[in-house]
Amino acid sequence: MIKTDICIVGAGPVGLFAVFEAGLLKMRCHVVDALPMVGGQLSEIYPKKPIYDIPGFPEVLAGDLVKNLEQQIAPFHPTFTLGERVEELEKQEDGSFVVRTSEGTGIACKVVVIAGGLGSFEPRKPAIENLEHFEGKGVNYMVRDPEAFRSKRLVIAGGGDSALDWTIYLSGLAKELTLVHRGTTFRGAPESAEKVMTLAEEGKIKLLLKSNVTNVHGNGKLNAVSIAVENDTDYTLETDYLIPLFGLVPKLGPLENWGLELEKNAIKVDTFDYSTNIPGVYAIGDINTYPGKLKLILCGFHEAALMAQSAYNIIYPDKKFVLKYTTVNGITELA
Amino acid sequence: MEDTIKIYVEHEDGTRQEVEAPTDMGLSVMEILKASEYDIAAVCGGMALCATCHVEVIESGELPELSDDEANMLDSLPHATSASRLSCQLRLAPALDGLVVRLKPEA
Ligand SMILES: Cc1cc2nc3c(=O)[nH]c(=O)nc-3n(C[C@H](O)[C@H](O)[C@H](O)COP(=O)(O)OP(=O)(O)OC[C@H]3O[C@@H](n4cnc5c(N)ncnc54)[C@H](O)[C@@H]3O)c2cc1C
Ligand code: FES
Repeated sequence: MIKTDICIVGAGPVGLFAVFEAGLLKMRCHVVDALPMVGGQLSEIYPKKPIYDIPGFPEVLAGDLVKNLEQQIAPFHPTFTLGERVEELEKQEDGSFVVRTSEGTGIACKVVVIAGGLGSFEPRKPAIENLEHFEGKGVNYMVRDPEAFRSKRLVIAGGGDSALDWTIYLSGLAKELTLVHRGTTFRGAPESAEKVMTLAEEGKIKLLLKSNVTNVHGNGKLNAVSIAVENDTDYTLETDYLIPLFGLVPKLGPLENWGLELEKNAIKVDTFDYSTNIPGVYAIGDINTYPGKLKLILCGFHEAALMAQSAYNIIYPDKKFVLKYTTVNGITELA
Repeated sequence: MEDTIKIYVEHEDGTRQEVEAPTDMGLSVMEILKASEYDIAAVCGGMALCATCHVEVIESGELPELSDDEANMLDSLPHATSASRLSCQLRLAPALDGLVVRLKPEA
């Protein structure tokens, strides 16, 4: 069991900055995110876009802002669980919490800060009957460990950048790789598209255009998929794995069942300290709502600061909170 | 009015709801639908980066061509069809008068 003062759900910019505000007050943080990397929307949706409304930065690339935040919080030595979704919140008798993830990781903490943004990023799933039955049994929406696909037969479905990138990468590992794409061309990164075309010409992969995966077959484990071709007859293709790669969408998911007061997929908070209706649980950043709420990074940073001074009262009930400017003593590294 | 057109949102049951849309404000179909309280997340604010403004075009005149960004995003959606568009990439213009779309919030 991981032990910490504050468990932060979501490693977006607001979750990361919350580590800083907590660290100033000597509170330790553990951060969990469903994505394999930190940065939330900035890393997943727009790492290369410039942002113009971060105070003090006339212009900063989203990816660079994330790197800077990581650097800024490093002295407080936050710990991370990445690639796991937070599922459950268990209240303990002494008022503390245990947070549990999809992979069973447990985090014991005194305060929970939900900085979940628009929700956890989940893969988009194609409408194929019975697809769920084969999840983890031949159907994977993400490539976590490429080695798992060595010398296997793979079918990748999709036509965007990630489908192209993984096709190129896995073509060197797989025994057989088929890329199934609905369109006739690829409009993503031109080099990747060209590379995929070359691989197909050289016979290293099979490229099925104007095609869709329409069905999955197998007895407990996937062994074949049906392919429908535009204006042609369907056929079956034997395979060990189907990897549908259609990007990610944020979903509120399990947090919906925590007994939090919600309004239009957002968590209602008290703007005094961004606390929720559950004592000890705060919500900051895009995931919260209150009269006048703006979904801006700037606003999330402010919310993190106010949350931290309130959380301090829970974690150090006997000490009085005193605001100290960072200019006075600098920042003190947490051991 | 001169600078307004009418577009229509078709529901599951085939009924259509009219939306009046100004063509002189530089707005996109996504923005006018959002302003009319349709349930569109438009997470990326109209940059063809999120696909949460996905619509299927049921009837239309000539539409602006797909940009590479929009086409690439549509290529990465499981439920897109040849009639799919990102409504944030459709700028309101007189040529869009009579446009009929279906919202595809589940991408
Ligand atoms: C294209 C685009 C451009 C933008 N431009 C600007 C701009 O110029 N200026 C500006 O201020 N804002 C901008 N924004 C908005 C800004 O990105 C958001 O306000 C900001 O990302 C919110 O940060 P956050 O940390 O609250 O949430 P997010 O960045 O959404 O991060 C939340 C994280 O929590 C994780 N998470 C959620 N639930 C769970 C769970 N149950 N378990 C595990 N992990 C979970 C998610 O996977 C995600 O990584 C833009 C957004 C987009 C999409
Ligand atoms: S609003 Fe994000 S793609 Fe249109």
